[in-house]
Amino acid sequence: MKVIVNGVETALDDEATVSVAVGTLTGQTAGVAVALNGEVVSRSAWSSTRLSSGDQVEVLTAVQGG
Amino acid sequence: MIDDVFVLGGEKFSSRLIMGTGGAPSLEVLDQALEASGTELTTVAMRRLDPTTRGSVLDVLRARGIKVLPNTAGCYTAGEAVLTARLAREALETDWVKLEVIADERTLLPDPIETFDAAERLVADGFTVLPYIGDDPALARRLEQAGCAAVMPLGAPIGSGLGIRNPHNIELIVEAAGVPVILDAGIGTASDAALAMELGCDAVLLASAVTRAQRPDLMAAAMRSAVTAGRQARLAGRIPRRRYAEASSPAVS
Repeated sequence: MKVIVNGVETALDDEATVSVAVGTLTGQTAGVAVALNGEVVSRSAWSSTRLSSGDQVEVLTAVQGG
Repeated sequence: MIDDVFVLGGEKFSSRLIMGTGGAPSLEVLDQALEASGTELTTVAMRRLDPTTRGSVLDVLRARGIKVLPNTAGCYTAGEAVLTARLAREALETDWVKLEVIADERTLLPDPIETFDAAERLVADGFTVLPYIGDDPALARRLEQAGCAAVMPLGAPIGSGLGIRNPHNIELIVEAAGVPVILDAGIGTASDAALAMELGCDAVLLASAVTRAQRPDLMAAAMRSAVTAGRQARLAGRIPRRRYAEASSPAVS
């Protein structure tokens, strides 16, 4: 299936979870947060939250700012 | 020197200089500036994770023992700001947030309606909310009543370096406030920071004035001194302004 990870169409297995989507960008989990279709998914739920085709996954971290 | 602890959101700080991290040419330059500033609380922004980025501002802050203050910079609506704050809480394990909802890209002035809406929702969600606002005493009062832990009026637009354009309004906010007042945005040089503290602000938040200075570490040291000097002058109580001279030496007899 195809999902949108940080604005980029990404092909993932049909069984893929939020953890898998995060793993396409980084091996880290600390300092990272995920929104799935505009709702926060807590880190403890990443590996149990299955994605669906067309889902919008935003993977954020802290950067210089303010 | 008298004991002069800065209490914000129930936590104690000895530094009254809050730093931003935007605009620094490198993490090394930022690190040196943060050290020179003596800051204990520093803002970061939340953005899409870029796998090509090397090094993290979080590592710099952690190594210095500086508390991280996520902001909602880049948000134009209350909904965006609330989601960003929740993502920051998840990523950084803090319920503190510098709430920043801007009205337009050209001025980056804060949108009071969206800011107030977001503040109410974030306070209800258990956040320690530090809202960036215009120098508006009425809005500052409303945000305090809504449960914000501080109010952060601007001196001038973000990054403008124009200093404090309306000192009178800053004084009015300080007079009425029951929560800390943090002068945020517009600081250009050390005298601006000193003035903010002389007007009675509890702390100053700045970034560009340091990070975009020709020598960021030296300007950071200057800001540290200025905030301390301004605070001491405020506590000491300035002499009244007079139209004519008052001799400081005894009259000749």
